[in-house]
Amino acid sequence: MPTTPVLPKLVGQRVKRREDPRLIQGRGTYVDDIALIGMQHLAFKRSDVAHARITAIDTSAAEAMDGVEAVFTGAQIAKFLPPMPIGTPFPSPEHRAVAVDAVRYSGEPVAVVVARDRYVARDAADAIVVSYDPRPAVVDVEQAMTGQPAVIHPDFKNNLAVALVPSGTGVSADGSKVDDSAIDAAFKNAEVVISQRMVNQRLAPNTMEPRGVVAHFEPGKGTMTIWSSTQNPHILRTFIAALTGLGQDQVRAIAPEVGGGFGAKINIYGEEYVTAAISKQLGIPLKWVEDRSEAFVATTHGRDILAYVDLAAKRDGTLLGLKLRLIADIGAYNMLLTAAIPTLTMMMANATYNIPAVRATLTEVFTNKTPTDAYRGAGRPEATYFVERAMDMLARELKMDPAELRRKNFIKPSQFPFATQTGAVYDSGDYEKALDLALKHSQWDRLQAERDAARAQGRLVGLGLSMYVEVCGIGPSAALPTGGWEHSQVTVERDGRISATTGASPHGQGNETTFAQMIADQFGVPFEHVTILHGDTGVVKQGIGTFGSRSQAVGGTALIMAGAKVKKKMAKFAAALFEAHEDDLVFENGTISVKGSPASAKPFASVAAYAYVPVPLPDGLEPGLSDEAFFEPTNNTYPFGCHISMLEIDRETGEPKLLKLVAIDDAGNLINPLIVEGQIHGGLAQGIGQAMIEEVVYGEDGQLLTGSYMDYALPRAIDFPRFELAATVTPTPVNPLGAKGVGEAGTLGSTPCIVNAAVDALSEFGVKHVDMMLRPEKLWRIIQGGRS
Amino acid sequence: MAQISLTVNGKARKADVEPRLLLVHYLREQLRLTGTHVACDTSQCGACTVLVDGRSVKSCTMFAVQADGSTITTIEGLATNGQLHPLQNAFWEEHGLQCGYCTPGMIMAAVTLLEQTPKPSEREIREGISGNFCRCTGYQHIVNAIQRAAAEKR
Amino acid sequence: MISTQFEYTRATSLDDALAKLGAAKGDAKLIAGGHSLVPLMKLRLSEPKVLIDIARIPGLSGINAKDGAIEIGAGTVHQDVASSALLQHACPMLTEAAAEIGDPQVRNRGTLGGSLAHADPAADYPAVMLALDATILIKGPRGARTVKAGDFFQGMFTVDLAGDEIITAVQFKPVKAGAYAKLHQRASHFAIVGVAAALAVENKVIQGARVGLTGASSHAVRLTEVEQALAGKQISADNIEAAAKLAGKGLTDINSDLHASEQYRRSMIPVFTKRALIRALERA
Repeated sequence: MPTTPVLPKLVGQRVKRREDPRLIQGRGTYVDDIALIGMQHLAFKRSDVAHARITAIDTSAAEAMDGVEAVFTGAQIAKFLPPMPIGTPFPSPEHRAVAVDAVRYSGEPVAVVVARDRYVARDAADAIVVSYDPRPAVVDVEQAMTGQPAVIHPDFKNNLAVALVPSGTGVSADGSKVDDSAIDAAFKNAEVVISQRMVNQRLAPNTMEPRGVVAHFEPGKGTMTIWSSTQNPHILRTFIAALTGLGQDQVRAIAPEVGGGFGAKINIYGEEYVTAAISKQLGIPLKWVEDRSEAFVATTHGRDILAYVDLAAKRDGTLLGLKLRLIADIGAYNMLLTAAIPTLTMMMANATYNIPAVRATLTEVFTNKTPTDAYRGAGRPEATYFVERAMDMLARELKMDPAELRRKNFIKPSQFPFATQTGAVYDSGDYEKALDLALKHSQWDRLQAERDAARAQGRLVGLGLSMYVEVCGIGPSAALPTGGWEHSQVTVERDGRISATTGASPHGQGNETTFAQMIADQFGVPFEHVTILHGDTGVVKQGIGTFGSRSQAVGGTALIMAGAKVKKKMAKFAAALFEAHEDDLVFENGTISVKGSPASAKPFASVAAYAYVPVPLPDGLEPGLSDEAFFEPTNNTYPFGCHISMLEIDRETGEPKLLKLVAIDDAGNLINPLIVEGQIHGGLAQGIGQAMIEEVVYGEDGQLLTGSYMDYALPRAIDFPRFELAATVTPTPVNPLGAKGVGEAGTLGSTPCIVNAAVDALSEFGVKHVDMMLRPEKLWRIIQGGRS
Repeated sequence: MAQISLTVNGKARKADVEPRLLLVHYLREQLRLTGTHVACDTSQCGACTVLVDGRSVKSCTMFAVQADGSTITTIEGLATNGQLHPLQNAFWEEHGLQCGYCTPGMIMAAVTLLEQTPKPSEREIREGISGNFCRCTGYQHIVNAIQRAAAEKR
Repeated sequence: MISTQFEYTRATSLDDALAKLGAAKGDAKLIAGGHSLVPLMKLRLSEPKVLIDIARIPGLSGINAKDGAIEIGAGTVHQDVASSALLQHACPMLTEAAAEIGDPQVRNRGTLGGSLAHADPAADYPAVMLALDATILIKGPRGARTVKAGDFFQGMFTVDLAGDEIITAVQFKPVKAGAYAKLHQRASHFAIVGVAAALAVENKVIQGARVGLTGASSHAVRLTEVEQALAGKQISADNIEAAAKLAGKGLTDINSDLHASEQYRRSMIPVFTKRALIRALERA
């Protein structure tokens, strides 16, 4: 008998990604790489004004062009495509995929062309002439709340989409009863109060692959196949079926290789509905692929929350109360999750601290801008930023060390599970441990000495520190209108190889690798014998998708649950073969053997083969080795960490330079630390980008001023120092993996720690706060003596 | 229509093209070399980077007719005899990619970087890929990969 | 993004290019590297009916020294300027500026002549051409002519170049004691302010100075007030500071945009003038 190689345990190892060989050779298939016979191309004519009534659309020149198949105006599309649905329970104005009689942001579609190729489609879209009766553009969010200079949706007075939803101490669970006594008392008893208006500015997500869709309705079969650059093909299938009048069994949605999502590809967009609906009308396959210039106006933006923050404390640093009055500028319409995102800011207002009284209120406001929705972190970076900036302001006011102020107020390990004032139940945590590791890893004392030495030379150097806690592993079905579970089906094939489906739909997260690590360990088979299938509703029968840092915590758990069912059944077959008890079998090194009797080992594949040709069929068993599981988590997970940065500002120009960034992240147990590092790096880059160089800016007329990479600074390699990472490990009890999720973490701690460092660097000028981004001119003005 | 002849990944090609056809669209749609990607329209992101006559070029900022007579290498032509190019291998080893969309252009830019600067400092690497955007990795693992490839070449 | 339709033709010689340019009667654009033109065409901000490709005209590119002067062919790409050993030694401010243009791929295609003809107000080369007092060589149907850089840049995207003319080369006397200092716009990496300083220094006295400024106003200009303040002065921190302070004082059309207000830009001119002067003196 040949000796079997000993297979290493893979979970916890830095396993190289199996996605990479195709991607590094240009062999991945993204949506724009798909070509179907007879496929035609769409181009959208978009509004070049922010707010107007459409008075006329002349499509005659476009229709007359050689190669143009059809042109549709919004009114024509409205005849066969219902208004766009949303996924939140808030009231919402009607939103048509292509505007019918009015446009409400610059870039809103007004007509669509179907043509032979993308060149002709573009020519034809340019030839459409639209006449507008302009209305005043609503740009400033606080002015918008007074109904000025216009009301965008008549049914939403003063442009209020969601008005003053309170949360926190003294507020009943449904928000209907509000008792102010505790929060009022906290501020009355305060010895020091920090009050600051802060802006968490609007960002453009900028997945490197713009959005794209191919839709193919086959009239003979009455079925639709839709390929889309999406984070959640199953949700796409649900909505495409609903809006095109098909059953979910008649729609197959495929997320092929997806070039980044960052939350922006959760939403189901008008272009997806329109492409599918026109394909159904014309009975031909259609493709639409977004230009980058289009993406800046047509793909949802992120953040854009203004906060009035009040923090009450005693002079010894003990926190007494926090008030967070949030105003979210959500743009012109509600998209799938638009209204829900800022509620996560409220939910996380409690941060990592014992705060006796917390009150968060939220107002969401329509403006004539591109709608907002999820962007990496989605509501939690905003909460972290507001609280951690306020903590730093308090430390400065009290002349306390910023680390010691935080330490004094931490929720203690013994307090977990910890029910916050704002409705979260933190699963597990050890914040002091993360802080201590950050101080040690960054050599905080030495950094302080370096900073002081640099200052003595007249340089403007600052240090910043920030804690964070985020909500991940989203989430129980009560938290998501689509359901908060995840699904997996595991099949041991007849040859002993294993295929496993997951409803998580990765777009860079490497789940083909991490999930294969888990299955290989679970069944004791070689990594190479496992294939992870995802992103195709024709193959993956059910699923929710990849967002909210949920793939591992929710999807990974469903995977091993399904695996356990199959393994148990396989053990029954093996028990029959071995004439042993099913609980006495050992799966390892590609074999199955009886415990304590390694010589009894049979190849894994031979047991698999038996299960498919079961002669004799053991009593009570059906043939085959395939089973599925749905995992419904009982709670979210709450990863946390501490980030530290060092930053220098050029005294003459105001240019900031990030010198150092140390990130301590606790995501619970890690399946693949190499991939986790990559996720943290990416999150840091987006957080640093927000702090330092990224900002969506609109002109007074509602025109986007940062509509290309000429004006919207996407971080380059030269914009970053080498990141320094370390981890603490506090497993979650919420799932059997103990994994919390890590996709978004980097965006949380980085922004406040950088701004804290900038304020520290500018301390000689008496500045208390500076809003992101750290525009050189803004910092230069502070240095010149003007206050922020 | 204009007739062009060029060599792509070692193969002689002839085509009739509309003069306004961008090189990237010629490669992707006529030759079906879809590894070269498009991620912006202002000549900045570098996802479309290919080698034209041995130098890294943004193929979205060149008409196919301009490449008449040129020799072009795309990501599909980088491996030789089934062996990955050292940069491809290094990107794999160092986890230098996540979604993979920027990767072909990033690798092609790095090919020219290492030809022009065989022993680059970290600063030179970061500057050498400043014409390529990546939104996933924060660039650190990409820098590691290029360092690894440079060390292996020595 | 996709350009409008056009006819394409490749010129085999300068005379051929001029003939084709003349025949198109103003409907044609020249293209070499295309890194100013193609982006504009894709955005449909430029819609030429004819493109005349001059990239492969023999003799239009290259860097040559003769009689103490240097001539750079208009078709020379930025990367070849930036990596020229001759220029790095003899005229480091020029290689420094070339290395600041765009990014590596852009520098592999974009050409000197294209950059000068396009005359983006935030381009890097014009400041250096002014500081070098370079001569721009032009050929047209009326023959060859030369223009001093100081006369060439006339306004926003406007230069002394007729629609039927071609820039063939630039000539200049190399300056060792020169430097280019730039404040980057952080998205595009164009210059918010870029200052090129060329100095003639003997016995610790500045015999003469030429200072060019880009990015700040509608077109690149000489900072004559700084040049005059430096002429004949001893090298000293105070003298540099005093001269740099004057930089841009006389400018009336300072740009203002999202990235830098008029006041900030104006204030940055002396800062980068000083930086360019200090680095130039280090090379004296």
